[in-house]
Amino acid sequence: MTEILQQAVPLLRVRDLSVTFPARSGKAPVLAVDRVSFDIGRAQTLALVGESGSGKTTTGRAILQLQARSGGSVQLLGRELGQLSRDGLRSMRRHMQFVLQNPYSSLHPRMTVAQTLAEPLRVHRCVPAESVTARVAELMMLVGLDPAMVSRYPHEFSGGQRQRIVIARALAVTPDFVVCDEPVSALDVSTQAQIVALLKSLQTRLGLSYLFIAHDLALVRQVAHRIAVMFGGQIVEMGGSDQVYGNPSHPYTRALLDAVPVPDPVLQRQKLSESAADVQFHGLRPKAGPCVFGEDHAQSGTACWHEVGAGHGVSCRFWPTPAA
Amino acid sequence: MMGAPGALLQVRGLTAQFNRGDVASQVVKGISFDIGAGESVGFVGESGCGKSVTARALMRLAPEGSSVAWGGTVLFKGQDLLQVKERVMQDIRGRRIAMVFQDPMSSLNPVLTVGAQIADIVRRHTGASASQARKRSVELLDLVGIRDAARRADDYPHQFSGGMRQRVLIAIAVSCQPDLLIADEPTTALDVTVQAQILRLLMRLRRELGMALMLITHDFGVIAGMVDRVHVMLDGSIVETGTVDALFANPQQAYTQALLAAVPRLDAAGRLV
Amino acid sequence: MMSIGLLMLASLVVITLFGTWIAPYNPSETSADSLAGPTAAHWLGTDSIGRDLLSRLIVGGRTTLLITFVAVTLAVCCGLVLGLFCGYVGGLADQVVMRVLDVVFAFPVFLLAIAVVAALGPSVPNLILTIAIVYTPRLARVVRGPVLSVKRWDHVEAARSVGVSEFNIATRHVLPLIVSPVLVETSLTLAQTIFTITALSFLGLGPPPPDPNWGAMLSEARQFMELAPLTVIGPAAAIVFATLTFIVLANGLRERLDVASR
Repeated sequence: MTEILQQAVPLLRVRDLSVTFPARSGKAPVLAVDRVSFDIGRAQTLALVGESGSGKTTTGRAILQLQARSGGSVQLLGRELGQLSRDGLRSMRRHMQFVLQNPYSSLHPRMTVAQTLAEPLRVHRCVPAESVTARVAELMMLVGLDPAMVSRYPHEFSGGQRQRIVIARALAVTPDFVVCDEPVSALDVSTQAQIVALLKSLQTRLGLSYLFIAHDLALVRQVAHRIAVMFGGQIVEMGGSDQVYGNPSHPYTRALLDAVPVPDPVLQRQKLSESAADVQFHGLRPKAGPCVFGEDHAQSGTACWHEVGAGHGVSCRFWPTPAA
Repeated sequence: MMGAPGALLQVRGLTAQFNRGDVASQVVKGISFDIGAGESVGFVGESGCGKSVTARALMRLAPEGSSVAWGGTVLFKGQDLLQVKERVMQDIRGRRIAMVFQDPMSSLNPVLTVGAQIADIVRRHTGASASQARKRSVELLDLVGIRDAARRADDYPHQFSGGMRQRVLIAIAVSCQPDLLIADEPTTALDVTVQAQILRLLMRLRRELGMALMLITHDFGVIAGMVDRVHVMLDGSIVETGTVDALFANPQQAYTQALLAAVPRLDAAGRLV
Repeated sequence: MMSIGLLMLASLVVITLFGTWIAPYNPSETSADSLAGPTAAHWLGTDSIGRDLLSRLIVGGRTTLLITFVAVTLAVCCGLVLGLFCGYVGGLADQVVMRVLDVVFAFPVFLLAIAVVAALGPSVPNLILTIAIVYTPRLARVVRGPVLSVKRWDHVEAARSVGVSEFNIATRHVLPLIVSPVLVETSLTLAQTIFTITALSFLGLGPPPPDPNWGAMLSEARQFMELAPLTVIGPAAAIVFATLTFIVLANGLRERLDVASR
């Protein structure tokens, strides 16, 4: 399989990706992901941030072809993933890996760590059989674990250690791109910091690209180059990390930033005792007439996207109307 | 707001030993602390440090599937909770001391409406009639900020979001106006926007109902602004204690410093501090 | 409980494998000493034509148990394959296969066994086939349920994202995790099978003579119940012992596996 990689073609290219969950027992079909588009370059991290139900996890899974999509395209290394045969997709899988959220359930409870790490190596036959043990030991050290522990079972490790094993498994086949779906949400805050630092250092060492899915903007600050804020299945703001943190343009982004606790007791006390403006973002329908930026999209047929800076754009959807 | 020393809860030399099969492990190794009436105290530490077990000691609840041997004294309004009869404990649980757990998904009965579950607790502890209990449950749902409380009381848990379910649990916990509310990692399973809402709710309820609050978490960011005093726990013991301002400004122990450093922070301009 | 069950199982296995050598007499060897009580020569006495009861019990047990083990093994294998396939693949294939199995399942075990044996003729291979057919649906169900649940677990999706083939996921990531309920059900099926086989032989549909078997022995001995009670008690006690072995084993397994899974 020849890899045609030109400078101009980004590593991952997602265009108008949509996922619809079919109607169930009286409920309408749910548009979980609504025309999401973004690019990720080599050794770059795009953080996809949003609350539960925003569609961020579904986006990640749809990109990995673990979830059927109802529209749009996903191109990895220039190849359209949706058009590959089953075998073609399986061999592409060595370029894209998945780090799941729950370290307690994403490892096979009856397989030793050595078996779990060796499995991807065997499936993709990337190292000769006699080098598997050496590679497994190498992977353990790469994620900061003692190689002597490979014959143990997952339940003998702590949550943070298990997540390191999950990361090691993802790296076994030297992928180009890893989807990290809330990789630290189930861990203590001190362990979270360590795992995020590990991911960052692995990116520098191995040139990995990440789609980092999270619900906390403060958490991704350390590791993201670009941020995409997601709400209701759509991306409502996207830009470089400095741009989004420095000039949050969408009210939802501002709400997310505001929710981050300030580790200063005096300030935090004040913040918490102010009753929060009860802003409702849910259920906001696109309204007729000009949007908050003054453009009438229904009439002009343009997308609801506005540039507020170089490479920094914001959607005019889900913009709560100010109280009269 | 600090009560007189020993006003509400005095814990001395609390120990907890787990017996799982033939393996005994000491999870809490002799800790002592006070909580005054209306005071708010935080317990911070990583998983496994014994903070949740400490909370369960106050309710004398053994974690699922294991047997625990408690030691030391837990004086609550003059009574030693580790010594009283189980019937007395059952009256105290829910009525004088209430607890909010981490996972709102599994703490509610999926086949009963939310209103019914609140009403059950109210009737158990106050002997109110069915209609009085129903009225009280609607009041409570309103108190915790659930809109359209009268209609929502007839909804089932699965019809609520995670944050709403946590509000329901808080409603259940405060239904009998307890003296002490224990919140064990109440925001860990929730999105960050919802976390802030729940913390605000707890703060408001504490003010309005004059309850003491024991907040347990692994995240120092959650503690800031919510409590008056903090105990840092490591491996079953308390390693540092202080007022929350003092601890943030000048942490003495290396472990405390490490926990503080782990909190992801943004300054006012959203830049990495 | 588990250790008692294993001990009992061990004795049954010994009888199955070494029965013909342990038995003191040739079970078909007649003697003039008919319907005798227990003596030094014949520990449990003799039957109506002077054959040693103990030997007949041992060798009879051998036949019964052999059929049981083989038939149930066959049923478990088929049940595993069908249950795993239906549970994992789902969709139309699952529906079709399960409905066919449901039809088989709908018949009372015993009635179905009689029908099949009557149609095919009572021989050892036919008996094995009958038992296997009759018990496969039950085992397929017991396998299918847990498979439906386990296939949604996170580590399965993780394996899929690594590129593991669906077949390997089914056999290495799902199957090993559903072993416990299958083991318990297998034990219970073994107990039921012993009962079914002895009942069939009691009715004359079991392995044909001259092979001794407990059911036929019981049937024969009915007329001599008052003269030589041991001829009835012997086979009856043997049947009870064998059935009990598997029930005790099933209970012990369930206890042991419940603790282990915590």
